[in-house]
Parts: sequence; C-alpha cells; structure tokens
Amino acid sequence: MSALLLRDIRLATRAGGSAMLALAFFAAVATLVPLGVGADLKLLARIAAGVLWVAAVLASLLALDRLFQADFEDGSLDVIALAPQALETTAFAKTAAHWLTTGLPLTILSPLLAVLFGLPENATAALFVSLLVGTPAVSAIGAVGAGLTLSIRRGGLILPLIVLPLLSPAVIFGAGAVLAVLDGLSNGALLLLAAFSFFACVLSPFATAAALRLNLGS
Amino acid sequence: MAASIKSVEANALTVIRGGRVLFRDLSFRVEAGKALCVEGANGVGKTSLLRMLGGFLDPASGTIRIGDAEDAEERGKLVGWLGHHDAVKAQMSVRETLSFFARLYRGDGDVEAAMDAVGLTRLADLPGQYLSAGQKKRVALARLKLCGRPLWLMDEPLASLDAAGKTIAADLITAYCARGGIAVVATHELLGIACERLVL
Repeated sequence: MSALLLRDIRLATRAGGSAMLALAFFAAVATLVPLGVGADLKLLARIAAGVLWVAAVLASLLALDRLFQADFEDGSLDVIALAPQALETTAFAKTAAHWLTTGLPLTILSPLLAVLFGLPENATAALFVSLLVGTPAVSAIGAVGAGLTLSIRRGGLILPLIVLPLLSPAVIFGAGAVLAVLDGLSNGALLLLAAFSFFACVLSPFATAAALRLNLGS
Repeated sequence: MAASIKSVEANALTVIRGGRVLFRDLSFRVEAGKALCVEGANGVGKTSLLRMLGGFLDPASGTIRIGDAEDAEERGKLVGWLGHHDAVKAQMSVRETLSFFARLYRGDGDVEAAMDAVGLTRLADLPGQYLSAGQKKRVALARLKLCGRPLWLMDEPLASLDAAGKTIAADLITAYCARGGIAVVATHELLGIACERLVL
C-alpha cells in the first residue's frame, strides 16, 4: 500500500500534478470573494466559513476526476488491480494520497486565507479543525464518484453532479462548526462532521473498489 | 517466479460483448512451461479472452481454472499482465516505474537486471514522456519479469517493437516458459518461439 501511496503523492506534487492546481484555485477563490463583497468585516466573517468550505470542496474536485482516470487510460489500473493487495486497499491508498496532496494542504493554508475575511482567532481555529476533520470525507466520497465515472466519456463533468449533493452534510456541519464559535454556541456540528467523515472514510474503500471492478470488467 | 502452476484450463467458454457472441464453447488447456498463441482477426475476442483469464471479465458460460484457482480474484493474483497500454507514467522515470511495480507486487526481482534484459539501462533515468512506443513496450516487458507471477497474459506484446525488441520479447517468453511459466499471447504477428496455437 505504501508503494502506491508514495507514487501518487509523487505524481501529484510533480510538474503537471494536481496538488498545486488545487491550492491555487482555493487561494484564488478565497482572495476574490472579499474583493467582491467589500470591506464589511462583520459580513465577511459570517460568510468566511461557508465560502472557504465550498472553495475547499471545489478545489478538491479539480483533482478527483483524474484519481483513477489517468491510471485507467495508461493501463496502470489493470496492473495495479492484479497486485497482491485487495482492490479496497488500493482504493484506500489512492484516496489517502488525494487527501494528503489536496485536503491537507488546503487545511494548512486556510488560517492564512481566513485573515482576508477578518475571522477571529478562535473561529479560525475552528475552521482549521473543521477542514482537518471534514476534508477526508471529501476525498472519500469523491473517490467513489471517480470510480463510478471512470469509463464514462467526460466523466469529469458528471463527477461533481454525483459528489456535490453527497458532500452537502460536510459543508453544512463544517461551516456550522465555525459559526457556532462565532455565535458562542456549543459545537455539536464538529462532532457531527467527525462522525460523517469517519463513516465516509470507512465505507468509501468498499464502494470505490466495487465501482472499479465494474469499470475494469466493462 | 514466486509460485508455479501446473496448467491453465478453459472449459466451454462463451463470451458475449455488446449483445454479440464473440465465441462459443471454447476449450483449451496449456501446461506449465508452454506458450499459447491466440490468433484471429480484429474483434474476434482475443483481448476479451485474456481479460477473462485475468479475472477482469466474466464469461457468459463456462469455467476457467489457473492452477487450483477458479475464482476470478484468485486467478488475478497469479497473473502478470501486459495489455494494450504499457502502464508508463509521463512523469516517472523507467527506474521509478519498475521499482514501483516491483514493490507493489512484492517481487524479489532485480530492477537493474530487468532493465538490462530489455536494453533500457542507459534510459533508466529518462521520464516516460520521452520514451518511444517501443521503449514503453520494453518497460512493460521488464515489469512482467519483475512481477514474479506464474502466468503471463500478453496482448500484442510485439506491437511497436523493432526487430531487436521483438527478439528480446521472444527470448523473454522462451526463458520464462523454460523456468516453468505459462504465457498466453494474443498477437497478429509471428512470435518466433515454439508455441501452441489457438485460432479464434
């Protein structure tokens, strides 16, 4: 599993890889919104979590359509599927590599971008934690979508239509966790987000592997 | 090779693709140490047959046994695969590609020796994007050597290879069979090795 994980991280971070693309997209969206909304710091702080969460989800999606597609097109997926490890393990390794090269860097970058929205320190911390806890769910659910759309022509366009509705709980709870801190409320949203992310990560390898088997046999 | 198998056996295979019967009641048996050359016109089902043997596809009817394995997933774990595409990444060098697959397959093969066997030593650090189609095919042949599986399924292994490359491919298959391996090769070209023939 480590061989596949390291290879995917290496491919994502090399020239032409998806890691920098996702980060650049996230930063661009997060920079443009305050410019468009104006200097109303109260308003910016209220919308920060929602905007940054949606930007993080969309940035993650940029790299998702190639998660299995590139290996499928160049024949690597056939060879990887016949390797000793189960296809579920393969799906988990590739999903983990996706999160390590998109979700985690986006999370690390988020406190910097939160400054543009005038987010208070405690809310910035809540945003960081919510992204850290929630972005694995984005990769996990996205992997299932990437597996399902593998052999579909222009599957990259269909992928968001499948994945985005399934990710709405992550966005709702993720942004809700930050708003709860801003409003001084107890943070049940973060716990719900953690539970959602946990179940997504546990179930995703099985669903993704089933989708891959379906496409490899087509 | 990590493990050896006695034979590959197919009984009364029928394949239907896109509502079209490609072949019906196909049976064959290949013993250890032998190569089977699958021949036939375009679209008769050579690739489908290989993908069925490898466990990717299910036959409409019939059974496949590779050694003692009948289950598709178990069969797949005995297979070294060389398909139409060569599984070479543009961003990874020849050495990185082969090292990756050697680790993935937990093979005990020597990457340097495998590159030497297919004449790629001097290109070891060249990224895949600069390799020609024939050189990529050589990488795929080296990968087969490293995966340590008792059955090679090869789809057009001579495609894109020059005369020297074809000789290397033929020598690799011959040496592999001499060590007790089984090769099932779908091809339109003369392999230049002793093999049984199956015409679809």
